[in-house]
Amino acid sequence: MATLEIRDLHVTVEADNATKEILKGVDLTVKQGETHAIMGPNGSGKSTLAYALAGHPKYTVSGGTVTLDGEDVLEMSVDERARAGLFLAMQYPVEVPGVSVSNFLRTSATAIRGEAPKLRTWVKEVKETMERLHMDPAFAERNVNEGFSGGEKKRHEILQLELLKPKIAILDETDSGLDVDALRIVSEGVNRVRESGEVGTLLITHYTRILRYIKPDYVHVFADGRIAESGGAELADKLENEGYEAYAKGGASA
Amino acid sequence: MAEAQNSPTSGFAAAGGPPPVGSTTAGSIAVAAESTVATRMSAPPSFDVADFPVPHGREEEWRFTPLERLRGLHDGTAVATGEGVKTAVEAPEGVRVEVVGRDDARLGRAGKPVDRVAAQAYSAFEQASVVTVPKETVLTEPIRIAVHGEGGAAYNHQVIELGAFAEAVVVIDHTGDAVLAANVEYVLGDGAKLTVVSIQDWDDKAVHVAQHNALIGRDASFKSVVVTFGGDLVRLHPRVAYAGTGGEAELFGLYFTDAGQHQEHRLLVDHNVPHCKSNVAYKGALQGDDAHAVWIGDVLIQAKAEGTDTYEMNRNLVLTDGARVDSVPNLEIETGEIVGAGHASATGRFDDEQLFYLMARGIPEQDARRLVVRGFFAELVQQIGVQDIEERLIAKIEEELEASVG
Repeated sequence: MATLEIRDLHVTVEADNATKEILKGVDLTVKQGETHAIMGPNGSGKSTLAYALAGHPKYTVSGGTVTLDGEDVLEMSVDERARAGLFLAMQYPVEVPGVSVSNFLRTSATAIRGEAPKLRTWVKEVKETMERLHMDPAFAERNVNEGFSGGEKKRHEILQLELLKPKIAILDETDSGLDVDALRIVSEGVNRVRESGEVGTLLITHYTRILRYIKPDYVHVFADGRIAESGGAELADKLENEGYEAYAKGGASA
Repeated sequence: MAEAQNSPTSGFAAAGGPPPVGSTTAGSIAVAAESTVATRMSAPPSFDVADFPVPHGREEEWRFTPLERLRGLHDGTAVATGEGVKTAVEAPEGVRVEVVGRDDARLGRAGKPVDRVAAQAYSAFEQASVVTVPKETVLTEPIRIAVHGEGGAAYNHQVIELGAFAEAVVVIDHTGDAVLAANVEYVLGDGAKLTVVSIQDWDDKAVHVAQHNALIGRDASFKSVVVTFGGDLVRLHPRVAYAGTGGEAELFGLYFTDAGQHQEHRLLVDHNVPHCKSNVAYKGALQGDDAHAVWIGDVLIQAKAEGTDTYEMNRNLVLTDGARVDSVPNLEIETGEIVGAGHASATGRFDDEQLFYLMARGIPEQDARRLVVRGFFAELVQQIGVQDIEERLIAKIEEELEASVG
């Protein structure tokens, strides 16, 4: 069973000619089949965790370890991490002008699977997955993320999640900026992947709203660069009622 | 550090959109007078090289060009060697291909040389080639002109003329090694449609300086695709003017500037009659030490050119340190009674966020870079419309990328 283990992870960024520590010792274990929600106020370091795990060059790991099935993730390049089974659904997916969605998806699937998917089954697979996400077939001919609405970008991320079938999926604020209909469609996509039982999900969110559609096994409250409290789904209800105030700076005593 | 210079100048302070209606005011004229398309050349256009002083390099039209690498084209020391450059024309039936003397009345109609090297070429050529597509002749196959350098110097003159309502695609393919100065004229009759693809696929040492003049008839459309890969120094000067209303010009360009290469494209669209359109889009990628791309985009909308619709754009993708881009769009507007006028210029480093996004989907870095650069050029490659040329360009881009990331 695939396991992502994060131990005492410290991450810094360079800003204004100074080094700033954003993650201050994160411990977390995500196993295949589990869903972990990471919740926290803005600026608590949730997204930094997501990008650091994916290997974004802006973030420097200054301490700790991350392993996937015992393999050192931090030693891997960005593409190696993806091929090892990590997937990051981004909060702000990047436009890639001149590269069509269909070309991108196929190039990506070829890289992840280690061989080019057979054309006929691939076309069918993409088409059906897009239909389930309520995406127009014409979408495949558009350039990656170029001119996409917020909702289209998120559906496109989940489309990739469904096609690439990672071991560990990190969803960085996938719910932000979505209306209720889009949130439901996107959540259904995530749930289809979860129901396979083959993915461990790390759901990063600011709001409890998405947890009505995607039921977490564990909820972690992120504050000031580390996990301040962990619990079951009931912790989300507490946050819904009480907000993050208890976790404000120096107040992680809850 | 890569240097990226963008110095847009404009007759209007707020360029990029249409100027206020009826704004032919003294204000705009005062701004334009500082540096106008017409006045900032060091001498007025002329067919005679003696009318142009030998440039010293500080002139506006020469300030980006390394004169010492022109191998004498600018100062009269480059002597034509007869067999220096061979030109072969392959034309479908119905096209007239002629070699004519200097006194042929069909030469020089599309425009005069505007700088010393173009005038030198006009003063020095012995024979010109004239390719004529008779009126109402619609070609289904391209006319192919192969210009192959065999190591010598040459001064060329070519005229491509389309009669009224004729339609043709012309591919001019420059290969080999040469020191070449040339004038190419495109004369479009009323309602004619001409697509010209000029490919500069020279060997590393070649020097190529050319002025392209298009004169677009009433309701005619002209599409120019300039593709520059090779050469030590390539300096092209595509120019467009209109002979009647309703004309359309599309000027597209792609260049891939490698270490040590100087590739300069200087465009002028002269909106000299009302109700004409122009669209300019040039894109370049640069890599390696002292790769230098220059793009000058001049668009002039004369006072009488009401109803003009024009847009010009230049984008550069800097792939490595050590490359330099000078991109200067220049829009001069003498009438406010126009449909639209805008320009854009951007020079950017390879986008690390795009790279991260693609790599985060498992795509190895080199493949990701290839995807992005191919994507950058794709919209222009698709404009060519000649399949074997499109394929060759894609292959060429791959080859260039192989050198940079492979």
